[in-house]
Amino acid sequence: MNALFDTRANPRLAWVGILVVAIALAALPFALAGIGTAWVRITNTAILYVFLALGLNIVVGFAGLLDLGYIAFYAVGAYVYALLASPHFNLHLPFWVILPIGAATACLFGVLLGTPTLKLRGDYLAIVTLGFGEIIRIFLNNLSQPVNITNGPQGITLIDPFQIGSFSFKTNETIAGLSFSGPIKYYYFLVLVLIAVIVVNLRLQNSRIGRAWEAIREDEVAARAMGINTRNVKLLAFAMGASFGGIAGGMFSAIQGFISPESFILVESINVLAMVVLGGMGNVWGVILGALLLSFMPEVLRYTVGPIQERVFGRMLLEPEVIRMLLFGFALVLMMLFRPAGILPSALRKRELESIRAAAP
Amino acid sequence: MTDTLLSAEGITKRFGGVQALSDVAFTIRRGEIYGLIGPNGAGKTSLFNVLTGIYEPDAGAFIFDDAPLAGLKPHQVAERGIARTFQNIRLFANLSALENVMIGRHVRTHATVVGAIFRGPRTRAEESAIERRAYELLAYVGVDKRANDLAKHLAYGDQRRLEIARALATEPKLLALDEPAAGMNATETAGLRRLLENIRTDGTTILLIEHDMKLVMSVCDRVCVLDYGKKIAEGPAAQVQKDERVIAAYLGGEVTLNLKGT
Repeated sequence: MNALFDTRANPRLAWVGILVVAIALAALPFALAGIGTAWVRITNTAILYVFLALGLNIVVGFAGLLDLGYIAFYAVGAYVYALLASPHFNLHLPFWVILPIGAATACLFGVLLGTPTLKLRGDYLAIVTLGFGEIIRIFLNNLSQPVNITNGPQGITLIDPFQIGSFSFKTNETIAGLSFSGPIKYYYFLVLVLIAVIVVNLRLQNSRIGRAWEAIREDEVAARAMGINTRNVKLLAFAMGASFGGIAGGMFSAIQGFISPESFILVESINVLAMVVLGGMGNVWGVILGALLLSFMPEVLRYTVGPIQERVFGRMLLEPEVIRMLLFGFALVLMMLFRPAGILPSALRKRELESIRAAAP
Repeated sequence: MTDTLLSAEGITKRFGGVQALSDVAFTIRRGEIYGLIGPNGAGKTSLFNVLTGIYEPDAGAFIFDDAPLAGLKPHQVAERGIARTFQNIRLFANLSALENVMIGRHVRTHATVVGAIFRGPRTRAEESAIERRAYELLAYVGVDKRANDLAKHLAYGDQRRLEIARALATEPKLLALDEPAAGMNATETAGLRRLLENIRTDGTTILLIEHDMKLVMSVCDRVCVLDYGKKIAEGPAAQVQKDERVIAAYLGGEVTLNLKGT
């Protein structure tokens, strides 16, 4: 797969590969809209989950710090957006201002969580992060009194969509004979951000910082003895992971137009963690695949479980909702039995060392 | 710059009721190979851990390269120029041999998150310099053929050598090796001796904990003997070998005679 996109070693094949992928990504929403408009929305949600999974992968996959409260950063990003772009405070800042603010706020919360947990590992860290996630959600639920900040369990409604000048991401538009619905416009925006996020993740992993994260994951004592400031490098992992969550939260807010604390429950954290583990911790492509699978599979089952039963038994024996979770859990168990390291395990990165071979006699 | 690279003064460390180190003092000169020997549990590894900042000594101080080491964290000690290996090999097992050594370059390089994301010319140049240097070091210790293998898949002797390469990557002034020959056969040990001599010739001072007496006696300029956390002898290898207290510590003195009697 990498050979297909290696512009240096094989430029022609690489550019053809990139072009094919670009055309496929561009055409995808129209194909999905042909099946049903819901599928474009489902795809957008799936891409948001990819953002979350990639952000969590920095903390769990690269640095090896088990985080069970990751959804809290998503919540922080979402609420920052909602508060700064809704009638709630009557603020309507443009999205390109709010998204960085959301990322910075989530980053701050990441450091807030990271600082007291620096000496914790494994189960202990998991418990503290789990608590942190719940604290954030409960705060959001209760910060409606004495001053109404979050509007409590009712959540915040009428959140502004993305808007550039008079171009709104919410309305339908016909350009060059093609009908661009709101979700389709968001889809293109999300895909652009997604490409940027993937590039950032791959570059981070293959850098001095990424190696320091992996060193901490492998052996913290040895990492310290090699001169790595484990405190700073761990905080950096928390901060980077949280920032990705914050950006994703902001986009979630705008796309949904409504958020409440209910969207940020513990199960969501576990879901994102399952995506990372299922796909392959530490492998960017594996994590993306895991996130897409776990986001699409429940939806696919939702639409197929009923009809299949009627075709086979002539009537509906089990409610789709019930059997969906059953199959989902069963699939997870099978995955962990047969591919415990994930679908795409973190692969050894071969280095070509061409510069050295060229220099050697 | 004085002739002394490291001097220890009155180093004391207790763990609960166990006196791991009591009032240990020694000096290591620049460019020598200094051996640290003693029976199991004598406090050799504890001394390493105190020296590299993993533990804080209860009393005493180290002067390294003409400045005190007091209160420094392990990563700061590494930055000052002391690199170590571990008695029970602690490589980054799931990373390649090359990446292990590249991580050793961390402390001498500077790329930040921003640099890593934008990957400008300076970051790219630094990355390729890291990779080139790591490869050179792998060749230096003789595991360059396994550069792309996972560290955990390397043979035992190669893992020991890889750990030395990783330590050398931090550009240490003092290389502290904790039983590098443990588990090696005679041929591997001979190769290790040549490696240690090369490292010294290339200007790095070595502090060596070792149980292989043949290696210690052939390679060390001076030897310090610890027993129950106390220094019982110090001097050139040949002289220490004849010291009665050292022989008693190793053979158990009268206990040995009793055993012979039964």
